[in-house]
Amino acid sequence: MKTIIVVGNGMVGYKFCEKFVAKANSDQFKLIVFGEEPREAYDRVHLSEFFEDGNADRLSLAPRSWYDENDITLCTNERVINIDSTNKTIDTSKGNTVTYDQLVIATGSVPFVPPIRGVEKKGVFVYRTIEDLEETLAYAETIKGGKAAILGGGLLGLEAAKAVMDMGLEANVVEFAPKLMPRQLDTRSSKVLQVKLESMGINIHLSKATNQILGNGKITGMEFGEDDMLDVDMLVISAGIRPRDELGKSTGLAMGTRGGIIVNNKMQTSDPNIFAIGEVALYNEMIYGLVAPGYEMAQVAVDQILEEKETVMASSIDMSTKLKLIGVDVASFGVPFMPTAKGHSIIFENKTQSLYKRINVSHDGKKLLGGILVGDASDYNMLLQLYQNEMPLPENPEALIIGSRGEGEASFGSAMDLPDTAVVCSCEAVTKGAICCSVLEDGNETVKAVAKDTKAGTGCGGCKPMVVDLITESLKTIGKTVKERICEHFDYSRQELFDIVKLREVDNFDELIDLAGSGHGCEVCKPAVAAIFASIYNETANRQNTIQDTNDRYLANIQRNGTYSVVPRVAGGEITPKQLMALGRIAQKYDLYTKITGGQRIDMFGAKLHELPLIWEELIKEGFETGQAYGKSLRTVKSCVGSTWCRYGMDESVSFAVEIEHRYKGIRSPHKFKGGVSGCIRECAEARGKDFGFIAVEGGWNVYVGGNGGANPKHAELLAEKVDKETAIKYVDRFIMFYIKTAQPLQRTAPWLDKLEGGITYLQNIVINDSLGIADELDREMQALVDSYKCEWKEAVETPEIRERYTHFVNSEETDNNIEFVSLRDQKMPKQWA
Amino acid sequence: MITTLNMYQTVLPEAVNIWFKAAHISKFPKNGGACIKYKDKQIAIFNFARENTWYACQNLCPHKMEMVLSRGIIGEENSEPKVACPLHKSTFSLKTGDNLNGTLDPIATYPVKIENDFVYVGFSE
Ligand code: SRM
Ligand SMILES: Cc1cc2nc3c(=O)[nH]c(=O)nc-3n(C[C@H](O)[C@H](O)[C@H](O)COP(=O)(O)OP(=O)(O)OC[C@H]3O[C@@H](n4cnc5c(N)ncnc54)[C@H](O)[C@@H]3O)c2cc1C
Ligand code: SF4
Ligand code: FES
Repeated sequence: MKTIIVVGNGMVGYKFCEKFVAKANSDQFKLIVFGEEPREAYDRVHLSEFFEDGNADRLSLAPRSWYDENDITLCTNERVINIDSTNKTIDTSKGNTVTYDQLVIATGSVPFVPPIRGVEKKGVFVYRTIEDLEETLAYAETIKGGKAAILGGGLLGLEAAKAVMDMGLEANVVEFAPKLMPRQLDTRSSKVLQVKLESMGINIHLSKATNQILGNGKITGMEFGEDDMLDVDMLVISAGIRPRDELGKSTGLAMGTRGGIIVNNKMQTSDPNIFAIGEVALYNEMIYGLVAPGYEMAQVAVDQILEEKETVMASSIDMSTKLKLIGVDVASFGVPFMPTAKGHSIIFENKTQSLYKRINVSHDGKKLLGGILVGDASDYNMLLQLYQNEMPLPENPEALIIGSRGEGEASFGSAMDLPDTAVVCSCEAVTKGAICCSVLEDGNETVKAVAKDTKAGTGCGGCKPMVVDLITESLKTIGKTVKERICEHFDYSRQELFDIVKLREVDNFDELIDLAGSGHGCEVCKPAVAAIFASIYNETANRQNTIQDTNDRYLANIQRNGTYSVVPRVAGGEITPKQLMALGRIAQKYDLYTKITGGQRIDMFGAKLHELPLIWEELIKEGFETGQAYGKSLRTVKSCVGSTWCRYGMDESVSFAVEIEHRYKGIRSPHKFKGGVSGCIRECAEARGKDFGFIAVEGGWNVYVGGNGGANPKHAELLAEKVDKETAIKYVDRFIMFYIKTAQPLQRTAPWLDKLEGGITYLQNIVINDSLGIADELDREMQALVDSYKCEWKEAVETPEIRERYTHFVNSEETDNNIEFVSLRDQKMPKQWA
Repeated sequence: MITTLNMYQTVLPEAVNIWFKAAHISKFPKNGGACIKYKDKQIAIFNFARENTWYACQNLCPHKMEMVLSRGIIGEENSEPKVACPLHKSTFSLKTGDNLNGTLDPIATYPVKIENDFVYVGFSE
């Protein structure tokens, strides 16, 4: 049996293994992999997602068991330090010597750290491995609210800037060139991107050469020139990559003048038994800092070693890229900027919307040569396909970027028009033909199933929209339509299910799934159905507690250590001193962490399951009721102090907020909903950031709907102007009821209104002009909900069978000994996750 | 933490040498779960009333090492019975313990039997 050693267990090294073991004759080889990093290969492309939850497992490309199952020996934490190409052996940092028949070098690259004075100071980081991120995060903790700089305004630098901002630091991007992303963008698009990033709070410093890192031991600033300095507490360097080619050098392999191990189109180095793939390989005098070419190299190396196919690397490699920075779309493909001698460019720019689109078209107008998209890259996939497959362009190529005039219609056919050979997923090299075949011949009808079958969309994920289109369109050709179904158990949309429940008067899950579904349900359909029951019958979460989402099931929000939080309602944010004292007393008695929430009320954290009924019993005695912070239901109605105290107030906003909060409390809906009432147009209650909002103006109230904070903030739209309070309430009643009946599960009012055909005008017609003739019905349904409110915590506390649920063990009085708290500024918090 | 995780090893029906009498069936909500304590172990037991079957697994979610699985929603995916962790919705097969929607390590599962309206969990030690 021959032995193949892979040096490096990064993205490309892993891909080599994956492709290798998939081959039939691979069992005649022994595969040994050495990786210097402590963990098995992970998805470096999505490294930034590590900041979201610190979950390294989620990035893993395959668990360790996968290597075992495929008979691959994986040695992590073990660096290859020497190759003896004459005796065909390698030595490792752990003192092992292993013989190989063929060797694959996949050692990737390291961030380039420019030789600037002071780079060794504390607080200077690079951005490449999970360990880099952990160190950066730990340091960021120590400089909370401080300033950070990113050296380098390229693709990676901007991604790092966003990450730094998400850590709560001020982000400053320092770029040597006079523009951002100099390799991919032209001057104008770069400017558009800059303005957009600045509006997001990222500071951009261009044409800056850093001379020195300032600070005594740890970084305090950067010096660019005399009197030109920037104070920063942290620096992330992202100034390009350098291949990790030291093994190539020491082994005497042919090297590029500026580094990189030279390979031919078979991925062979100057020693035919040694291959190099990924970011360490210099092919066509280039290092390709992207996964797609690396994966292709892995495939070529596998085929060459197994001598199965004479696959070689293509001579030109596509470097098209789309930035996955959240918040701005940026993409460039083909030749992004081009001399006029080669073709002509069509440019569309809208400064107020931070939009820039450019396509480069051949002189005869027949072929797309490349382009740039900033602000809206939704057409990227399609344009890339047109370019890669050299497809004929429409008569007016400008339609490709400014859209055909007909609304919603794509200006260039559908994804189905692509040739079958078109590579749709470039990370995994999956063609359109393979995707359609997976749908039509192998019966895979969902994105998940197709991804499992073909791997399409499992890399960077950029091709997903196109994969979805191809699946939908393929299904259409065989007469199947894809509809919004809740999950595998119900072949209905939420709206359809809502109607079924209502018409057939079903009121329990078992009956509904027997009637309208199949199987036994899951964590997706159960809470969705629970919300429908609640919206129709206003039943509390206590009755069918096991179909509720976790928080509803125990009427409390679960926290990171499995304890819960308690949030009583404080309508409109108005609270008496006596109530405040009661909250203080109870929180102290049960040793709870207290905090004022963003919703103008008080949250008490750290209650153990069995303590919840005890705490609520005391709160209810003091006159409190549930705040439903756990439910998909009304949360809070934020108020400003209004005309009772404020010198500008036009009307009593607190009174209105209190009234409306009591009106809608307890109502369950597809997602949570929130309100706001401001006493004047200064808008201190941020009413336009809420699902519904009222603003007092001269002559009445303005009514706004469909606002949202959260990840995609959106201002609410004006539904009616200068109406009296009763009318305002009536309109919002109808709006909420209509939303409850027609939205998707977990769809808030903003995205719902966005998707509503006809938008706000259509809504106004229904709510104000009763264009559908359903206003009466909506009014009645809303009133029924308002009239049947009851505090579900009161119900729980007073009902012994419900109270019994609040125990950690059903066979012991003991409590969960896994819960640990540590102290935090005179209070406490859960022990951090490992 | 790791030592707690190691405490939980799948027990196959044929390996059971202790049937622990956990609690009366009325203590377990229909189509839901509850947690029991056996020596140092926390075991989540699920009552799939619709199918008239019972499953047991470790209460510890391997994602963040919290004792929460018994409070998760149960259900089934392609006929595989599963539980969804209440914290981040990782789902685990209650037959094999495999993480169905990710790459977490499998959880340990235990045999359950019902006798005279009492729930018994099987251990091997
Ligand atoms: C406690 C609180 C933060 C705080 O300490 O201030 C909070 C805490 C949580 N928020 Fe929030 N949000 C809180 C105010 C807000 C606000 C501010 C506001 O209400 O004015 C917003 C933005 C406004 C908005 O909703 O549009 C907000 C937008 C979100 C979102 C994003 C929603 C969206 O549509 O994009 C989520 C995620 C979700 O619901 O899917 C979320 C989810 C959560 C969850 C439920 C996350 C979770 O599942 O554990 C947190 C649970 C809290 C708990 O255990 O009690 N929270 N959250 C605030 C409780 C307010 C209250 O009194 O009830
Ligand atoms: C934050 C970030 C975002 C990115 N985003 C994108 C993107 O959107 N699109 C895209 O196409 N690309 C992106 N990339 C680039 C992509 O991650 C790389 O192209 C890819 O990881 C290259 O794979 P590789 O296997 O060649 O190198 P690596 O993934 O770096 O793997 C090399 C491995 O070899 C190990 N090693 C090195 N020397 C030795 C030795 N002597 N012995 C043993 N082991 C050794 C290293 O420790 C490393 O684990 C991004 C990169 C980063 C850091
Ligand atoms: S409270 Fe809201 S913003 Fe804060 S961490 Fe939780 S979900 Fe995120
Ligand atoms: S703790 Fe269970 S999924 Fe995160």
